[in-house]
Amino acid sequence: MEEYAVIGKRIPRVDARAKVTGEAKYAADYEMPGMLWCKVLRSPHAHAKILNIDTSQAERLPGVKGIITGKDFGGWRWGWMPKTRDEAPIADDKVRYLAEAVAAVAAADEETAEEAADLIQVEYEALPGVFDPEEAMKEGAPQLYDHVKNNISWEFHMDFGDVDKAFGKSDLVREERFETGRVTHGYLEPPAAVALWDSSGITIWAAKQSPYFLYRHLAACFKLPLSKVRVIQPFIGGGFGGTKNDSLAGDFCAVLLSKMTGKPVKFVYNMEEELMTSRRRHNMVVYNKMGMKKDGTITGMHSRVVADGGAHTAIGPLTMYLTGCMSTLPYKLPNFRHDAYRVFTNNPVSAAMRGHGITAEIQMEMMAEELGIDPLDVRLRNAITAPHKTINKVTVDSCGLKEGLEVLAERPEWKERAARKQDDAIAHGVGISGTSYLSGARQRGHQSCAAVVRLCEDGSIDYLTGATDCGQGSDTVLVQIIAEELGLTVDDVDIKRVDTAVTPCDAGSYGSRVTVLAGEAAQKAARDVREQLAKFAADKWEANPEDIVFENRQVYVKGSPDRSMAFEQLAKIACYSGAGAVIMGKGYSEYGIDILDFDRGAGNSGTAYSFTSQLSEVDVDRETGFVRCKKMVIAHDCGRPLNPINVEAQNQGAAVQGLSQALYEEFKMDQGRTLNPNFVDYKMVLSPDTPQIEVIDIITDDPHGPYGAKEASEGAIVSAPPSVVSAIHDATGIWFKEQPVTPEKVVMALKEKKKSSK
Amino acid sequence: MERKEIKFVLNGKPYEMSIPPWRTLLEVIRDDLKLTGTKEGCGQGECGSCTVIMGGKTVNSCLVPALEAEGQEITTIEGLAEAATLHPIQEAFVEQSGMQCGFCTPGMIISAKFLLDRNPSPSESEIRDGIAGNFCRCTGYTKIIESISAAAEAMKGGT
Repeated sequence: MEEYAVIGKRIPRVDARAKVTGEAKYAADYEMPGMLWCKVLRSPHAHAKILNIDTSQAERLPGVKGIITGKDFGGWRWGWMPKTRDEAPIADDKVRYLAEAVAAVAAADEETAEEAADLIQVEYEALPGVFDPEEAMKEGAPQLYDHVKNNISWEFHMDFGDVDKAFGKSDLVREERFETGRVTHGYLEPPAAVALWDSSGITIWAAKQSPYFLYRHLAACFKLPLSKVRVIQPFIGGGFGGTKNDSLAGDFCAVLLSKMTGKPVKFVYNMEEELMTSRRRHNMVVYNKMGMKKDGTITGMHSRVVADGGAHTAIGPLTMYLTGCMSTLPYKLPNFRHDAYRVFTNNPVSAAMRGHGITAEIQMEMMAEELGIDPLDVRLRNAITAPHKTINKVTVDSCGLKEGLEVLAERPEWKERAARKQDDAIAHGVGISGTSYLSGARQRGHQSCAAVVRLCEDGSIDYLTGATDCGQGSDTVLVQIIAEELGLTVDDVDIKRVDTAVTPCDAGSYGSRVTVLAGEAAQKAARDVREQLAKFAADKWEANPEDIVFENRQVYVKGSPDRSMAFEQLAKIACYSGAGAVIMGKGYSEYGIDILDFDRGAGNSGTAYSFTSQLSEVDVDRETGFVRCKKMVIAHDCGRPLNPINVEAQNQGAAVQGLSQALYEEFKMDQGRTLNPNFVDYKMVLSPDTPQIEVIDIITDDPHGPYGAKEASEGAIVSAPPSVVSAIHDATGIWFKEQPVTPEKVVMALKEKKKSSK
Repeated sequence: MERKEIKFVLNGKPYEMSIPPWRTLLEVIRDDLKLTGTKEGCGQGECGSCTVIMGGKTVNSCLVPALEAEGQEITTIEGLAEAATLHPIQEAFVEQSGMQCGFCTPGMIISAKFLLDRNPSPSESEIRDGIAGNFCRCTGYTKIIESISAAAEAMKGGT
């Protein structure tokens, strides 16, 4: 392979210094002279008609500058697809989940805004609610929307091959019920923004991982051309999909209140507000039926998914799509049927969250156990190899799954697992998993993704991208790409923060797309600059532009190193000679132009696919039921790591998020009320309960990604839960099919097992 | 409105302020002194994003009434680097990629400083316990632990 100067190196993050000194400014750190504070009033009912709102008392409170209700938005609705626009900035006719916004206040300070919000009198007519999606689908259940029968928010069906015939020819067919759990993203920075409406339109500094969604929503809501909407991106305190990939009541309210008052308006949600209202991962009940031959070969699968959609559709259709279409990886699946129902309930809204899927992986191993087949063997038997085309036309051109599993098979943790087992108070177990995730995700529409690279006359580089680094480290990787292409160092390149008035459009940070797609755009833009500059060098040396080499901050003619100069000097020649050139390179990503068959679930939802094999070691306390994960080994195929330390960090973070979801985290719900809207009771994992994590890169050099790269930020949140569940089974002999596997569940299951074995 | 006078030293600089008695230390640091490096995550003493050192101990500044700062010495993240020179802990976080989104980082580094000031050679498990009051959602803690361990190594022989 080609040797690179900057790519593939363990380069510190370009934002590291700003982050370790406290200099990095997040949305809540911004303030402006004359700024007002916005507070949103929220519904105490999960389902109710709004009969009347009396704001007169609140208006009389000194310091109150403006109050708005749902009616002030004129019935405007937003949603991911034209036919799913069902969410208002503030509820105007009825509330559909507890803590949905019903009014908002702008006041001189935060305390006054809170006090005023409490003085708003809302008269409700409480309606019966429905909180279980399977109940909500039944005839006669309370309806959230008059026009939506049986509360079906979205249906998605796939049918490839002949599943019934495949089951008929199977040696074993089993159906299991799984439940994925009520979890959320858990970023530490609550949603916040400062909005300003003036003669140039809207300017908003907002905590968004995909600022261009807000840009479009604000233009549509306030009927402004896009050129009058400016979203400026502060540093982002974590995203992980969902809430920061969408707009919020606070965003729309701050903008409207700024328009009304002529002042900048700021809001910061408190953590309880965030955890009560954030867009969560869909809790999915999956009835999964699988067929298998005696030798462990999977013959077919039928999944029936009922997902709790909560009160609005949001990005739900895409989540349902990915849940289905990604089921055909990473194991050979010749026959597949998928029936998914996303159901409205009076729970908070569900949307996308980092990573997808656990059920098929566990079920495969359960069936292998029944057939007496080793967990590793059943995976190797069914694992795909590249090139591969799934039955739903997903094409895989690089795949390191088998290599990953083989690496794990040689580990002492795996080979010596039987010897380490002891029948004492602490049961030891080891589990493995092999999973896949899409890379370079594409949504329907709004794919455009570009880069502009500007040469400064001193040879330094300004790089403009619309892609957001919400913590994953993409800014660093993108800067590395520019530096590599121009023969510079990362210190020569400055990446500007996203500003929709200046930076070129980008789809956002989701579906592991930034390095792949914004990276492709960055590479092309840098090459454009290189080509323009090469002409000046070629003129000077009477050489071919194609023979000009850019390396080590120098420029020279291939084969004659005596004809060389500093990059800076060439920049000056270009910028100062004659009329003076202005060198700007541009490039845009051209991947993702294939049309997806969104209705049938066929085609590529990403430009490539990553493969993650994982080993997890657990200790299960038989008396307390507490599961401690001691070690994880992750063999991850990201094609080629462009910044290996960053890839390790992404894998470690994703795996721990997956672990936390598998073992600890859970929203406790009662009639639509979140009973534990704080991190301690929700049980997000802290450092003493996290394992040692080793990351092994499986290099496959994907033909599509820049420098062979694929996804690196979501794979391990997919591989962690099944490997942990498999390890718990190895320790206890029990399969847990509902996340999280809490100590209570473990103790009860161990008791049950003891009883039945007597 | 009732106000109280307080005097304290923050990052080596003396302050005299008149504040309402219900004001928290975090509000004084962020809103009055405009030092926004200290973050507010949960606002209820769980997440550790607002950790500062006061009177030689780490505190969740969101829970501390500012009046308690009377006569105390306080260190925030802005007080660690000396001019352009990063503190060795900050340096280690940069080198070992000990941060991702960076929101927990100021509090995490302050907790690390408190740990290393008392225990210059902590074991891995002592490091884990030393940051047990600080949530991080991005890193899975691994690179943070490696950063603190590298900082301890670099600081041997005194800071």
